[in-house]
Amino acid sequence: MTNQSLQELIGSWSPNLVFTEEGSQYLNVTVPVEELHDIMFKLKHNDQTSFDYLFCLTGVDWGEELGVVYHLESTDFRHSLVVKTQTAERENPVIASVYDIWATAEFHEREVFDFFGIEFTNHPNLKRIFLTDDWDGFPLRKDYEDNINMIIK
Amino acid sequence: METVTLNSNFKSEEYFINMGPQHPATHGVLRLLLTIDGEIIKKVEPDLGYIHRSIEKMCERDSYQQIVHLTDRMDYLSANINNEAVCLTVENALQLEIPERVKVIRTIIGELTRISSHCLWWGVMGMDVGALTTYFYGFRDRELLNDIFEETCGARLTMNYNVPGGLMFDIHPNFVKRVKDFITHFKTKLPEYDRLLTDNIIFQKRTKGVGILSKEDAISYGASGPVGRASGYSCDVRKHHPYSALDKVTFNEALRTEGDTYARYLVRIKEMWESLSIVEQLIDNIPEGEYRVATKAVIKLPKGEYFQKVETARGELGVYIISTGLKSPYRLKFRSPGFSNLSLLNHIAVGGKIGDLVATMATLDLVIPDIDR
Repeated sequence: MTNQSLQELIGSWSPNLVFTEEGSQYLNVTVPVEELHDIMFKLKHNDQTSFDYLFCLTGVDWGEELGVVYHLESTDFRHSLVVKTQTAERENPVIASVYDIWATAEFHEREVFDFFGIEFTNHPNLKRIFLTDDWDGFPLRKDYEDNINMIIK
Repeated sequence: METVTLNSNFKSEEYFINMGPQHPATHGVLRLLLTIDGEIIKKVEPDLGYIHRSIEKMCERDSYQQIVHLTDRMDYLSANINNEAVCLTVENALQLEIPERVKVIRTIIGELTRISSHCLWWGVMGMDVGALTTYFYGFRDRELLNDIFEETCGARLTMNYNVPGGLMFDIHPNFVKRVKDFITHFKTKLPEYDRLLTDNIIFQKRTKGVGILSKEDAISYGASGPVGRASGYSCDVRKHHPYSALDKVTFNEALRTEGDTYARYLVRIKEMWESLSIVEQLIDNIPEGEYRVATKAVIKLPKGEYFQKVETARGELGVYIISTGLKSPYRLKFRSPGFSNLSLLNHIAVGGKIGDLVATMATLDLVIPDIDR
């Protein structure tokens, strides 16, 4: 599917989606946190979109908000889509897990939890994956400070 | 703890055992927490982070030229391909025209890197299932490639040969001849590999029907590289999103449908033949021209997001850069093939024996710094 027909189809599922192609080689869609799981489920199981391959799951600290970026591809149609979601809650950020849709999300979400402190609801085994359990803070956040281990230029 | 009564005299129970972090079969510092019942595996839980260096955080303070150096230290057996991935991302973002000469040389060295990595994997694979000779054979042939790299790049493992804009320096005058000699040599050695290990009945019994991964699961778990292709999942980035000079060569994607350990083994053997063929097609036709185009001393990517995929020896490496227009990326994510491939280990190992787990892990071809980053 072309980006335009993708946008028309997916845009008809919810009025709250924002599409853009600016500054990216893929079609980007921003989804509100509370609608994320529904939209993701449809993206995978709809016959026309069929995004069965989640090839990248990235946590991002946007300064004010914390967000997750999902890169999706369809192995049948070879079209791609970038889904973004973000939450302004920094103390206790919660985003729905997509582990039940793509199994690869289990490890990737644990990584995001480890480095950004985003809690994924319904995740089967949400605990730190690289750092020790007693690590203080979330290192990939922009406001993280560590005077011992970080070299500041 | 679950207790199962087998008959009145015997009973079995589950218990935990540590495999690693210094176990030889984990190929580095990976710890597996095994839940076993007798010798049957009930659960495999990887414990990661022993060599986590937070490369992604370091990238946020480094310049784009410096980031290239860090990528060597992820999947060190595909060092050159990792370098290429970052360079391609930066070049695409800057819309630089890269000379044909650079593209061809990058592809040749990339494919040689793949052969070198698979040689090491083949040696270690044999060793993991008890055939020590393969280790020496694999390393013998890999040495020849390392010598070629050393002559041209100045280093044997972490080459740092690519820079944004091209190559660090031109190829050595001996390069073409030595690569051709290697191809001639290696074509006589690959059948030897088959005679020694592939056709070995003990090896086949250890690997056939072990650690089966279905195509649907391969896609769902984000498997890539030989792991995905052995399950019949066409996932070769070189075919679907060709980069550098890969659109100018013809090669077959090595695909199997069995999805077991033996299929993953065969895919890698086939890939070595295909890589030889790619190098052969290019080695006589390296175009004349510049080996590098000038870039600014301080590279600043335009505001935006950039994604580049390449096929390393282990699978799909993705570089995702979010730039705000400064000299360092705002956020840089490496989507490493090993991390996703490891995530499916529990799925394919459960129900098997510990010995099968070793054989299965050998064909996942894990490089731990690639997983830990």
